[in-house]
Amino acid sequence: MDQEPVIVTRELRKVYGKISVIDGLNLEVPRGSICGLLGRNGAGKTTLLKMFVGLTRPTSGEGRIFGLRIDRSAERIEIRQSAAFVSEDKMFPGTATVAEIIQFTRAFYPRWRSDLAEEYLRTFDLSLNTHAGKLSKGARCRLALLLAMARGADLLLLDEPTAGLDPAIAEQSLQALVSLAGQQEITVLFASHQIAEVEQIADRVCMIEKGRVVLNDSLDELKSSYRRVQFVFESKPPAAAFENAHEDGRTLSLLVKRNPDEVVARGTSMGAQSVDVAPVTLKDIFLEHMNGAGK
Amino acid sequence: MFWKPSAGSGVPIYLQLMEQVKHAVETGALRSGEQLPGIRKMAEDLVINPNTVAKAYRELEHEGVIELRQGFGAFVTKNGAAAESRERRRMQNAQVVVKGAADHLAALGLDEQQMRRLFETEMTRLRESSGREK
Repeated sequence: MDQEPVIVTRELRKVYGKISVIDGLNLEVPRGSICGLLGRNGAGKTTLLKMFVGLTRPTSGEGRIFGLRIDRSAERIEIRQSAAFVSEDKMFPGTATVAEIIQFTRAFYPRWRSDLAEEYLRTFDLSLNTHAGKLSKGARCRLALLLAMARGADLLLLDEPTAGLDPAIAEQSLQALVSLAGQQEITVLFASHQIAEVEQIADRVCMIEKGRVVLNDSLDELKSSYRRVQFVFESKPPAAAFENAHEDGRTLSLLVKRNPDEVVARGTSMGAQSVDVAPVTLKDIFLEHMNGAGK
Repeated sequence: MFWKPSAGSGVPIYLQLMEQVKHAVETGALRSGEQLPGIRKMAEDLVINPNTVAKAYRELEHEGVIELRQGFGAFVTKNGAAAESRERRRMQNAQVVVKGAADHLAALGLDEQQMRRLFETEMTRLRESSGREK
């Protein structure tokens, strides 16, 4: 049972009008992992997270959270007890104070952690008496994170959790998140445009494009298997001999997954004068996949 | 003693952390029998994933540098410290070779990026030739 992934989807699809926002998406997120969800604007990240907590329903396909089906209303209620969702907009009723919002929220969750809520109030620099309408964008983000992280959820679904936070507060939020992950077993799926923060705290990365998963792997695995190989030839490079190679004058560069040696040997046998092999960052891998999908 | 790993470097964070621990043992910042920070503390201090810290610790245990005692934490082993001091001498000797090469390349006007790439290419060549022998 413990090995069963927390999130599983099979051919999940969400159609708005004629547009498939989620287009046959297959995803698994293992228990206890912190998974960064990367994709361009409109790739379907927010729709996906919303579907997981029942804020929008799949058109077809299957999705399970802790084995519970996201398309059945009775099971959705159970999912919402164990999964916390922090949306991108983070709206609160303007006339309520921070204290009232916290009291209101905790009433729904028997596993509420008052100790953590107090700790986050301090680290996130939130004051109990402030009216939500007076909170800055950054403060609303911090309050939303506090509510999600203090409720004792086993799964956190975060949509751009640090968007609008200054770098110091963003780092504190990430620190609170890894600290929570160190204390209790939680699974985190967070959508982000901050590739650096995904690289910093995620152990898995999922990239989606046009509603489909284009990559889903362990971050360490990605970093150890991908290499950038660049060849320089005497004349026009044999670009057709390599998949997804970028040709620029007499140079040919390509991102290689696994076995750069084989590619290097092939380039050398085709008369490459010079060969460079360099490690790649997550950003390189991201751009490569997004460019590939855009072709 | 430990600093935040560089996320964008292309080197997996657990490997960077392993290097830091080994370096701490090599330099004597951590001695035989001394305790490393707990997984949660280390994850919090460096703002990295606790699973990543756990992975680095497991690998270090596998290499015999540290010992994980259930419920007590991670400690530098005697062998680890001794091995690291042998390793340190070996690395000091190797460092001289690399320093000579780096100085030479710098004198030829190569920048850091170029040297790195050359080194990486040589590593690939080594892997390739050892692959052929098998």
